[in-house]
Amino acid sequence: MHIIFREKDIPNIHEFDVYMKNDGYAGLKKAVSQKPAEVVDEVKASGLRGRGGAGFPTGVKWSFIPQNEPVKYVAVNADESEPGTFKDRQIMENNPHQLIEGALICAYAIQAKAVYIYLRGEFWELAQELDKHIDEAYENGFAGKNILDSGWDCDVYTHLGAGAYICGEESALLNSLEGKLGQPRVRPPFPAQKGGGLYSEPTVVNNVETLANVPWIMREGGDAFKKIGTEQSAGTKVFCLSGHVKNQGNYELEFGATFRELLYDHGGGPLDGHEFKAVLPSGASGPIVPLTDEVLDTPMTYEDTPKIDTIIGSASVIVMDDSTDIMWVASKVTKFFKHESCGKCTPCREGTYWLDKVLDRIMSGEAEESDIDLIDNVAKNMQGTTLCALGDFAANPIIYTIKHFPEDFKKHVKGGELAAAGD
Amino acid sequence: MALAEKYADRIEKHLAKYPDKRSAVMPLLHIVQEEYGWVSPEGIREVADIIEIDATQVKSIAGFYTMYSEKPKGKFWLQVCTDMPCALNGADEFHKELKAYLEVEEGGTSEDGMFTVEHVMCLAACDKAPMLQCNFHYYEKLDMDKMKALIEQWRNEVNDAVS
Repeated sequence: MHIIFREKDIPNIHEFDVYMKNDGYAGLKKAVSQKPAEVVDEVKASGLRGRGGAGFPTGVKWSFIPQNEPVKYVAVNADESEPGTFKDRQIMENNPHQLIEGALICAYAIQAKAVYIYLRGEFWELAQELDKHIDEAYENGFAGKNILDSGWDCDVYTHLGAGAYICGEESALLNSLEGKLGQPRVRPPFPAQKGGGLYSEPTVVNNVETLANVPWIMREGGDAFKKIGTEQSAGTKVFCLSGHVKNQGNYELEFGATFRELLYDHGGGPLDGHEFKAVLPSGASGPIVPLTDEVLDTPMTYEDTPKIDTIIGSASVIVMDDSTDIMWVASKVTKFFKHESCGKCTPCREGTYWLDKVLDRIMSGEAEESDIDLIDNVAKNMQGTTLCALGDFAANPIIYTIKHFPEDFKKHVKGGELAAAGD
Repeated sequence: MALAEKYADRIEKHLAKYPDKRSAVMPLLHIVQEEYGWVSPEGIREVADIIEIDATQVKSIAGFYTMYSEKPKGKFWLQVCTDMPCALNGADEFHKELKAYLEVEEGGTSEDGMFTVEHVMCLAACDKAPMLQCNFHYYEKLDMDKMKALIEQWRNEVNDAVS
């Protein structure tokens, strides 16, 4: 079923008229006919969890906003930048009004005065289109002054980043929106609290896919949404499938589908003449696992993936086949995090730098076997020591590649079969 | 104040979005990049005057983000994503061949000033690699044959515009 990718069932749903003929803005209409707290309760009842990666219950996040504060904001995280993640762009291109409607429902629920959609700067053309769709919402009374005669005013704006992965971290995103360096903030205060949000006002920061679920929840009810998927993972999820499979792309599946269903039924299986070797279920930042039968038969949910020593996160599923050197994967991903470390916290700034240097040494065939222990140690000392999750994200690719694929590292050190070959 | 006059409408629209002028620093730097082809010292001063903060602060913002270029680029700024998922689909080889074809080093600009080639971090198009961004537009599922045709097309467009 498609809650998010409705364009697969309804052609041209990106057009305002088509969207309106198919329950467009019905969720917002229903929301403004209720008290804001009732809308929060409906989303709580749905069991919807944040689709950006952390999986925090969305309704609970909204309920943290203090109602007595006069100024509140919604920030939409459309900064999608993690290697392996490419779903929000498709949502905004093909079903933009559903995001705008979802963001407005959120804004009503917390009585926000404005919504800022923070798009990564490279989504320049997409932002131009989104601005036109926002204009359509204004022209039809869904945004601006006295929305649907409710007496509530709310503006909707787009804001373009300029190339910084860290701005997908919620407090860095808020700093960036304020025109400051996109670096994370010390918490508490959290964004939902006075002093912690945008311009110090209470703010909800939600991912694009999260908010795109909300119109359906308002229309059909939280209980109906809760029935889709599994007990702890309600609804559908967009799985971004990339790497060594026949059919890469985005697939919206009900939570509970297994890796096997995604990789074989939708992905078409491995490339001819190859076998699967490993999978990163949650993008470059998540723990890698060998693609065993046990993994293939695991449901891709919040509750089942920890049983196989990984997470579902943003569901950015990167697949590698038997032609892949996992040591190379670790090196490649580390270069990404080294580049994207914002430089604020020492363990992340220095850790990613040294990990990259030692990995280069291993790759060149000049390293000792003890260097593998060295990077494992450096990575483990980065965990839990930084203001935001980037430090942990950068440590994961090292710790889990070494844990599951030590042979791929040993091949490169002195005396190993690939040591002479170098890079 | 070239920018303030030339882009008065756009600047006004951006300033109106935010309760604090400082928030407009990023959209205005995008305008500088568009106008000058890089975030020139002149452009940085103009932004600082408009939003009334120090030029040093504007420069620090400009330096933090990769889309603001600190030196002039070629007419076509080709940024190839070579992150891991793209590299699983041959992006590294494509990037290397492209540089060889245009006879440029990493980050360098072709002699005619037309093309700058560099690798870039994830562009959120992992299922469509090899891919690149050229002046805000995405080109996906590329190979060198398609790329050569595109380069030819861009060269012709520029030549037509000149003549």
